[in-house]
Amino acid sequence: MEALMESLFTNVDWTEIGWASWDTLVMVGMSLLFSVLIGLPVGVLLFLFGKRQLLEQPIAYAVLSFVVNVLRSVPFIILLIVMIPFTVMLIGTSLGVAGAIPPLVAGGAPFFARLVETSLREVDRGIIEATQAMGANVKQIVFGALLPEALPGIIAGITVTAITLVSYAAMSGVVGGGGLGDLAIRFGYQRFQTDVMVITVALLVIFVQLLQMAGDRLVLYFSRR
Amino acid sequence: MIVFDEVQKSYQVGGRAIPALHPTSMTIETGEVFGIVGHSGAGKSTLVRLINLLEPPTGGRILIDDENITGYNASELRAFRRKVGMIFQHFNLLSSKTVADNIAFPMKLAGIYSRTEIRDRVDELLQRVSLVDQANKYPSQLSGGQKQRVGIARALACRPTILLCDEATSALDPQTTQSVLRLLADINRELGLTIVLITHEMDVVRRVCDRVAVMDAGEVVEMGAVSDVFLHPKHPTTRDFVFESENIDREEMQQDLQHAKGRILRLTFRGESTYTPLLGSVARESGVDFSILSGRIDHIKDTPYGQLTLSLVGGDLDTAMQALEAADVHVEVLR
Repeated sequence: MEALMESLFTNVDWTEIGWASWDTLVMVGMSLLFSVLIGLPVGVLLFLFGKRQLLEQPIAYAVLSFVVNVLRSVPFIILLIVMIPFTVMLIGTSLGVAGAIPPLVAGGAPFFARLVETSLREVDRGIIEATQAMGANVKQIVFGALLPEALPGIIAGITVTAITLVSYAAMSGVVGGGGLGDLAIRFGYQRFQTDVMVITVALLVIFVQLLQMAGDRLVLYFSRR
Repeated sequence: MIVFDEVQKSYQVGGRAIPALHPTSMTIETGEVFGIVGHSGAGKSTLVRLINLLEPPTGGRILIDDENITGYNASELRAFRRKVGMIFQHFNLLSSKTVADNIAFPMKLAGIYSRTEIRDRVDELLQRVSLVDQANKYPSQLSGGQKQRVGIARALACRPTILLCDEATSALDPQTTQSVLRLLADINRELGLTIVLITHEMDVVRRVCDRVAVMDAGEVVEMGAVSDVFLHPKHPTTRDFVFESENIDREEMQQDLQHAKGRILRLTFRGESTYTPLLGSVARESGVDFSILSGRIDHIKDTPYGQLTLSLVGGDLDTAMQALEAADVHVEVLR
């Protein structure tokens, strides 16, 4: 078995693969955490400021929506490069695992914010009305009714965001980010080591599969409809 | 007591004001069950939402127990809303909360009840609406009638003095409708709660309401005691509703009347006179012959009533009519 692995994957350094996988995990995990921390409140505000919603604010909505759209319309590979000076300012380097996280958040947070806005819109207006009729203020409506009711949709949104971040994280290898993408580009692409390429791609596929499965389970668990 | 003083509501659509409720004045007494009946789009949903200011009026004043609620600031309004329960056509329960948590929700929002107070109140309400076994289920596991009972329990949680019902039985089958209406009537009687109920079914009004307002195109066109409005409708819209609820086809009725001979009368009995064996004795004494063209004997809330359309031939018609009127029967001459 070991001999077979040796002959098939001559170029593969398994320790290196292990570290790269770990780096990818850290990049996706950290950027997902910050994307949710930033995207969730932004999504809630987008919803509340929207037309005929609780805090209808056409100007605030337009501004917020514009910022989100700008970040979402820039292709991620360009965002990575454009963000370099800002990233250096923020954490001192644009390289490695840490350097990849700010652009990942810049790509992931607005994406997730839109998903949050959409899932909040899916909540039956009647439930908002009923909660209002009970004498709830906006904060109570958001935390007591809207977010719990939209939870399955928000979890599905986190799953989709996480998967998007996996591919973004791999892309960051192009500008010196770490992880499996970096490995794939440096060894698989630039040194024509097809076996490394195959392994990294396989690992990414497995990673995405696991995320989707976990996400689906959680959605099912929290769906009471 | 809920007083509407020249209350009106219009919506801005494309820069123009579209009236939803024309200036309306009326009074809903404390402890009564007040029905508002109308077709969809007649403005009844708007009217009921004005009472807890889910829709702010664009003119006029709404006084509840002599307090002008239209002048409330945001926190006064929230405190006021806790005293007004509301139930909905589609129940609007939180799907993410259990039955018990749904009922506890308004008390938690109020923030003035201790944990034990909430638990005791929820238990009490679960018993009141007969859902003790379902306490830990989620709304999706309940039937429509059960969901509405949860809605009622939830609406009662903070001990409101007014209960608003927005088409509360329209999504339910006839049997479930009956049980929900009975529950509402019990609540009204036992708790002395004022109930304002909107519906498009006259039958709902007939079963539980004391008084009724009929709405058409943003206006209250007729208002009064249910028995008066129901038995002697004046406005065409009201008549439509009454006929509809009695399954009367007007054209068919006209045809029947054409075939009948002699004088045609509609007799309305109310209360005890419904049970009095009157027709036979009147016929014997006056010598008229009668045939029954149509009729219905039923209840308006707790009062029995009968309404019969007769054709009378021969004998002394005037004596017959006098005898009927003397026996407290309302007589209308249709032909």
